[in-house]
Amino acid sequence: MAEWLRPRHMNEALRLLAELPADHHQIISGGTDVMVAQQLRAPRDIAVWLDLSAIPELKMVEVTAEGIRIGAGVTLSVLRRHPEVQKHWPMLAASAAVTGAAPIQNRATLGGNLCNASPAADNAPVLLAYGARLEIAGPNGTRFLPYDQFHLGYRQTALAAHELLQAIHVPYLPGGSRAYYRKVGTRAAQAIAKVGIAAWIHFDAGQGIIAARFGLASVAATPCLLPRVSHYLEGNNLKHVCEFTIREKVSSDIKPVDDIRSTAEYRLEVASRLVWEAIHDAH
Amino acid sequence: MAKLLEVASEMEKKNSPKRVDGLSKIYGKALYVDDIPLNGVLHASTIRSSCAGGVVEELTFDPTFDWTPFVVVTAQDIPGLNAIKMLENDQPVLVDRVFRHAGEPLALLAHSDRGMLETALCHVHVRETPLAHPVFEIDEALHAEGTIIPDNVYTDYLLNKGDVEQAQKNAECFIEERLMTSSQEQLYIEPQGMIAVFQEDGVLRIEGSMQCPYYVLDALEQCTGLDKDKLRVVQSTTGGAFGGKEDYPSMIACHAALLALKAGGLPVKLIYERGEDLRVTPKRHPSRSLVRLGANREGELQFIDMDFAIDGGAYRTLSPVVLSRGVIHAPGPYRCANIRVRGRAVATNHPPFGAFRGFGAPQSIFALEVAMDRLAAKLNMDPAELRRKNLLHRGDVSPTGDLVGEDCFAQEILEAALIASHYEERRDAFRHWNAAQHNTLRGIGLATFAHGAGFTGNGELYLASRVFLQAHADGQVEILCSNTEMGQGAATTLVQIAADALQLPMEQVHLAQTDTARVPNSGPTVASRTCMVVGDLIEKAAQCLLQKLRAEGGLSQTFTSAEFSAVCFRMQESGKDLLVTASYQPPVDMLWDEKSFTGRAYSSYAWAAYIAEVEVDKLTLETRVLNFTAAQEIGHAVHPQIVQGQIEGGVVQGIGYALYENVLWNQFGVMANDRLTNYIIPTTADIGPLQVVLMEKGLGAGPKGAKGVGELPMDGPAPAIVNAIQQALKIDVAQIPAMPELLLDLSRAQRGSQCQ
Repeated sequence: MAEWLRPRHMNEALRLLAELPADHHQIISGGTDVMVAQQLRAPRDIAVWLDLSAIPELKMVEVTAEGIRIGAGVTLSVLRRHPEVQKHWPMLAASAAVTGAAPIQNRATLGGNLCNASPAADNAPVLLAYGARLEIAGPNGTRFLPYDQFHLGYRQTALAAHELLQAIHVPYLPGGSRAYYRKVGTRAAQAIAKVGIAAWIHFDAGQGIIAARFGLASVAATPCLLPRVSHYLEGNNLKHVCEFTIREKVSSDIKPVDDIRSTAEYRLEVASRLVWEAIHDAH
Repeated sequence: MAKLLEVASEMEKKNSPKRVDGLSKIYGKALYVDDIPLNGVLHASTIRSSCAGGVVEELTFDPTFDWTPFVVVTAQDIPGLNAIKMLENDQPVLVDRVFRHAGEPLALLAHSDRGMLETALCHVHVRETPLAHPVFEIDEALHAEGTIIPDNVYTDYLLNKGDVEQAQKNAECFIEERLMTSSQEQLYIEPQGMIAVFQEDGVLRIEGSMQCPYYVLDALEQCTGLDKDKLRVVQSTTGGAFGGKEDYPSMIACHAALLALKAGGLPVKLIYERGEDLRVTPKRHPSRSLVRLGANREGELQFIDMDFAIDGGAYRTLSPVVLSRGVIHAPGPYRCANIRVRGRAVATNHPPFGAFRGFGAPQSIFALEVAMDRLAAKLNMDPAELRRKNLLHRGDVSPTGDLVGEDCFAQEILEAALIASHYEERRDAFRHWNAAQHNTLRGIGLATFAHGAGFTGNGELYLASRVFLQAHADGQVEILCSNTEMGQGAATTLVQIAADALQLPMEQVHLAQTDTARVPNSGPTVASRTCMVVGDLIEKAAQCLLQKLRAEGGLSQTFTSAEFSAVCFRMQESGKDLLVTASYQPPVDMLWDEKSFTGRAYSSYAWAAYIAEVEVDKLTLETRVLNFTAAQEIGHAVHPQIVQGQIEGGVVQGIGYALYENVLWNQFGVMANDRLTNYIIPTTADIGPLQVVLMEKGLGAGPKGAKGVGELPMDGPAPAIVNAIQQALKIDVAQIPAMPELLLDLSRAQRGSQCQ
């Protein structure tokens, strides 16, 4: 029989994690991805379950001078309804609201969505575009990592064996910021993204682009940024941005594939169209 | 409009009693097959072929593994015939050596512990020599060199009226189209499953989720070699079926029975997990249609010519009858002197395709109705106007050559749908919308069609259905028939029909559990026949019962429930029997020639006109149904709320067929998207307002003139939606589902050709 551990504090969780057999444990919180995987994959020998759902520290949302600190165990239902999130980071409220369906959002956590490391993770594009930072707790204390360095490869993250994602920090945006979020799913709800896109664009008083960040889902092995598109836009003026160049940059930034949900061709075309729309329609 | 309002208010006034099965399902008390508690049960699993046809060279049970606690069944253990009883005995119960598709059952295992069962599966080794060139496409199969069966054609039908060749010479306007429909999964909520157990009296009792208990009984008799009096089939609460539980339950029942025969008296439970259910059980036949239509300048159809082919998969199963319905519905509800429909059911190496709501009609109606819009475009005529010119009138000759009588409302229902949907107003508004700079393009499309209820042609005659009504001493009346409640509302509707005819409150009438030890064979629960055909028998039996109680028990002409009970009690006391029977008698004018496809194919047709309004996103090519109007003449709505539910559900399933449901195949011809996360059906969030318009003219063959409605709503949505998309995007869409990926390809190709 497997053992089920449910620590009450972060320190306890870290201590337990350090002692667990490397390949025979499973960390679980809301369980909305983990339980489905259990059902689907070949039976894996899981000796110990480490359940993080009873740790109050992971459930906290704190507004700070720099922005917001969201505990990794905060559910998507809490996020989508949180007044500060709705006011300052509307894209995050929007992405939480289109992740799965209401019953999923009641259980699923923001940290779980990131650590599950699906290329289609619904909240990943938004956190990439907002320039989020991750607070990671380990046996030797806490470290901070820009979120764009978290996904190393297909379902691989920068978390070390004995580390846990503790919180996600999202900064306030400077004046002149505009945002755009859209999920293209297989249907209107309960869908996995064919393309997910979030954009943050910082304009000057004219139409000059000071900075631009795009987060995309389902167009590469991991959720990803569009560095070439950003580089092209930064310092450019909206009226000089060329659609052909944007398409070219998008196609060199992403590596979409054919899979059971869509085609590489569709993903590339739609991603290009939505990036173009984001540049012009972000608000 | 006045007429419609009248219909609506009339409908509201009617009584729609609560469903008799409602509370037990809402409270979670109803026991589905996997919920039934059993002592000492063995769980079962199926070992299957991996390749798309070939030969099983070796089936090895690892000798180092302890097989003693397991029950193992192979083809050698079959006491009777190794074939599933259906139209033809071509499908084995368990593969002996040669097989035709991936996922075919080779052997069965049972054990009391599910975990042990999974472990044991790793110790079974199958060595297969795969078929060199499996075929998965209709036209590929028709031209293949090595064939599964001669010419790879199970059935080849021809409906031929007038002279198409001659008519073609005279046609002033002509179109030719190639249209495709993909498969579709029924996706009943409850996956399939069966329990087999020997009763103390030595009778083998099979209980499970099914539509047709007598099909299962016949299959068991053939496979086990047991006499029918040693076999008993009981339907458990069934969580949806849609045709998917018409033939395949026979397979699972035979498997469970074979295990039980070897299990020494222990009960055996064989329940499919969702993925297994999706991979191996039958789905809707994919189709390919070549359609040619000709008309004169006024838009009057001069000929309809269709080459209609459906993919039957690796065994014949129900394909010939699916094909026959598809062929008969192919020419639509139109007046046309020259019609030729060639229909073929083709063999491929997919798992067999089977029954699904509509049964061949949605495929051929899709082809015809999309072609009709292309013809309208070519004639520069509004699609509604083209249909108005050609829809049947009373006194016309039908596509199968019989005279259309009083029961024809094709024209009336089109007008009703146009009014209810504000067709012209919307069409003009969409033109303006599309001219303005919006993010979306809009279109409105329609389909007009009729669906024949009951078995095709002489089918009902051969079925010779019987129902019993059994009154008891306490005045309670039981309906005994083999028709099943599977979520569609049949239990309520049948009880309501009997109670109505008996002038008793519904609480006094009950539908007996569908158990072949008690109920007569009233035919399968398919083909939109339950309410119309079986309901009619129940009504007749009720009249018969009243007559008997009056004649033999002195029941008054008008009576109270108490008097009814008292008469039943007295008759029982004096040893009189309280059972009556009604048997099917075909209508006198029901003449059908199966060879030439002429005569009257169905006793009743329901008439319909469906209108879809869609919006397509210019960037992503996602389609959304903005509004949907489903108008139909159905004779009489026995239970208006259930009818409305059937129509709404069917339309949603049709929207899924048109836009979302994309069965993908792996390299072995088996469904690849075998999870609910990747086989996409619409949710409520995808469905816009849905308006159901009922017209009731009371001329159908059922109680108070009712007609079957179960399948009808599946026929219209796909062509209506595709026609609307074509109007919105100004492109030709030749296949469903009309996924955004397909529409993107088509719109880019069109833009490309415009640039040149």
